[in-house]
Amino acid sequence: MELTVNGEIRQVDVDPDTPLLWVIREELGLTGTKYGCGIAMCGACTVMVDGIATRSCQTPADAVAGAQITTIEAVEQDEVGRRVVEAWVANNAPQCGYCQSGQVMAAVALLKENPQPTDQDIADAMTNLCRCGTYNAVAAAVRDASNA
Amino acid sequence: MTLFDRKAPFRAVAAELPADGAPLNVSRRVFLGGAGALTLAVALPLRRARGQAADAPPPPAVPAFLELREDGTALLRSPFVEGGQGIFTAMAQIVGEELDLAPDRFEVVNAPAGEDYLVMNGMRLTGGSMSVRFGYDAMRRLGASARAMVLAAAAQELGVDASELTTEPGRVVHAASGRSLGYGELAQAAAAQPVPAQVTLKDPASFRWIRQPVDRIDVRDKSTGRAQYAIDLAVEDMLLAAVVHAPRRGLAPGEIANRAEIEGMRGVHSVQLLPGAVAVLADRWWRARKAVEALEIAWVEGTSETPMPADFSSAGWKAQMLALDGEIADAEVEGDAPGTLAAAETVIEATYDAPFLAHGQLEPPSAIARFNEDGTLEVWTSNQAPEMFQGVAAGLAGLEPGQVSIHSPILGGFFGRHFVYGDANVMPEAIALARAAGRPVKVLWTREEEFLRDALRPLGVATLRAALDAQGLPVALEAVARGEGPTGRWFGAPPGKDDSAVEGLAGKVYAIPNRRVGQRYAKNPAMLGYWRSVGHSMHDFFYEGFLDELAEAGGRDPFELRRTLLAEQPRHLALLEAVGELSGGWKRGPFEAEDGSRRARGVAMASPFGSEVATIAEVSIESGEVRVHDVWVAIDPGEIVNPAIIEAQVQSAVALGLSQALFEEVVYEDGAPQARNYDLYRILSRYEMPRVHTRIVRSGAPMGGIGEPGLPGVPPAVVNAVAALTGQRIRSLPLSNHDLSAQSG
Ligand code: FES
Ligand code: FES
Repeated sequence: MELTVNGEIRQVDVDPDTPLLWVIREELGLTGTKYGCGIAMCGACTVMVDGIATRSCQTPADAVAGAQITTIEAVEQDEVGRRVVEAWVANNAPQCGYCQSGQVMAAVALLKENPQPTDQDIADAMTNLCRCGTYNAVAAAVRDASNA
Repeated sequence: MTLFDRKAPFRAVAAELPADGAPLNVSRRVFLGGAGALTLAVALPLRRARGQAADAPPPPAVPAFLELREDGTALLRSPFVEGGQGIFTAMAQIVGEELDLAPDRFEVVNAPAGEDYLVMNGMRLTGGSMSVRFGYDAMRRLGASARAMVLAAAAQELGVDASELTTEPGRVVHAASGRSLGYGELAQAAAAQPVPAQVTLKDPASFRWIRQPVDRIDVRDKSTGRAQYAIDLAVEDMLLAAVVHAPRRGLAPGEIANRAEIEGMRGVHSVQLLPGAVAVLADRWWRARKAVEALEIAWVEGTSETPMPADFSSAGWKAQMLALDGEIADAEVEGDAPGTLAAAETVIEATYDAPFLAHGQLEPPSAIARFNEDGTLEVWTSNQAPEMFQGVAAGLAGLEPGQVSIHSPILGGFFGRHFVYGDANVMPEAIALARAAGRPVKVLWTREEEFLRDALRPLGVATLRAALDAQGLPVALEAVARGEGPTGRWFGAPPGKDDSAVEGLAGKVYAIPNRRVGQRYAKNPAMLGYWRSVGHSMHDFFYEGFLDELAEAGGRDPFELRRTLLAEQPRHLALLEAVGELSGGWKRGPFEAEDGSRRARGVAMASPFGSEVATIAEVSIESGEVRVHDVWVAIDPGEIVNPAIIEAQVQSAVALGLSQALFEEVVYEDGAPQARNYDLYRILSRYEMPRVHTRIVRSGAPMGGIGEPGLPGVPPAVVNAVAALTGQRIRSLPLSNHDLSAQSG
């Protein structure tokens, strides 16, 4: 099967229903995308599929063949992505950091679609779980990135 | 995790007694994961060591901790594990302060297992909010020793006496000649210098980084996916393993109907039986998982050391605890509480409870085990206590601890999850599978297996009784906790000496002349663990909720009652006033907020892990659910290292404290937990996160902990606010079990 990940075309030999998460992590060796729950509850596995934040643990690989898949590893190759990362750093947003790849990707997807989100927009889009309770810092970082 | 806290008594006992009172059978304890008890018992000369504080401590093993690099940066091996609490940054600040090297010039990694790193009076673990306060002096001496070595090297290089040299960040300066050298240029020569026998530490008045809100050093890697956790690691030639555990502890795998078929699946290496579990090894974890979940396994009664009764339920256990009779082991006694209660006219009594809790750290457990050709074993796994894991691994593999290397990646959250805990830990499976396969093996538990096998915060039940005098002030208070604490389970602390079973009921500072806190022990069939703030996570809820009941019975405002009872405690009184002020002045309510909702506030205090905390929460009821809008926290850790990290830890502790107050509960039925993922085990989401306002009070008292203390005040402050708003006194968590729909405002 052929997948386009971070702008590169990659051949992978997997069962078509293999979750995108495990293709990314195990076949492509990109471990920045995390496994948290596997049931699309936590958002740790968030990537962008054609610019839309997508929980890769519940996305079969064959459903995204032909789409542009972007993982956290490529986040800084993009203007909005760089701004989000800088805002994350400036706000010291991460604690353990495990959820943060997914949080960052969700924020990038939000800001690409909606550069000036309201607090409500942020609340609606940023639904990833964080067991360390970084929610307020994450929201502040999204606001910073949108105002920058 | 109160192990080395305020009270010494059980330590001596732990060193003499095995956990269960039976003769100590080393191999069995090791296999049970009770090696924690063993290792600690051996490694705990604590009281004596501290009694000898007058003797100068031995010089630190500088080369083991610190490498100066030629580019002017430094590699620091932290004795404490980073898991989100910011300890790497704090370590860089403390060492950097004395070394005179900016914290952002440090790369910090977790130290391996080894004697050099036992900086807590001959042992170490990451927990109990102990790292900074117990590592502070050792890390300062480390930095100061390294600076002395750099100066000695520069003196040789420049041909001057070291006393003529000074430093500025990252440079040695010889003012007389105007010459200077960067630390990078001196790195090699400095490493060759002897570690000085004695060093002088800086005057805190001249601190440049300690006490400043220095940026965390790990946030960029954690914002770009570069940070690597145990789950991300790989070694050459490894197999990937997925596991299914028996639905109930105590069952063992019997017949597997379709084993041959599964072993024929793509990528599958083999099916392996483990104690209470079955694993599939494969070339990819996803393939292993699909295969292991397709196995048709007949589970039969096995021979687990810690079986779960087939009829065990959390509701049944709670009922048993409520009915529990028998001896009370005193943990804290002052005056004559029973006598005063017997003679009193007004006695208030209430029973409180809190459920089993799961850790729910976002990174599921994983471990890699590799037997090397020279017979040694290497393990990569999430852990809070490398030497304990080393001891357990050595016992399992039949090796000496020195033949086992423990690699400790940063943790994707921990909250007490990553101690050994017998079969609640993944490492023993990795070791067994690596041995069986003759190849390195990485085991990763699914989220479902993690919820099945986590070591739980114990379900807690306590009965409180108090006598009020004619002024409505409490003159006697008796609190009896029922059940078992994790320190009793894992470190052999007997009832009455097990802080984890009573802390938060014991250790309160209110002026109540007659007090008795005790424990009615009952062995809990569930696998118990430490959970952020341990006993405090529920006992302060019991106590502070009850204190509000006493205020009400005595016709007093809860804030005023606390103020009265703290009149002789200036540190606590100041903290209470501070949180009142921070919240804009105490007001209980109910009142109408700007958005038209009806709200009220509750207050609570706690004295956890050497710090003092006062908390106020403001709540309303929205569609039958408690909504927490604001939480104000005044925290006095005595002295501080990084105020920004303290604030972040308070945010984090408030989130977890609120999560457990609102939703969390592990329900057992038929010996098995019912929730196996976050869908049924609800945790706090962004939507429920309140604004958090923190004030750090530096009283100058001895340095207290930071990671956990923000938590215990949150559940009682919220529950007390709910009582103020609704008149409904909630004595059982979580709040989501109570119908508040009539109260929507
Ligand atoms: S791992 Fe995909 S949402 Fe949790
Ligand atoms: S930072 Fe730890 S889970 Fe979010």
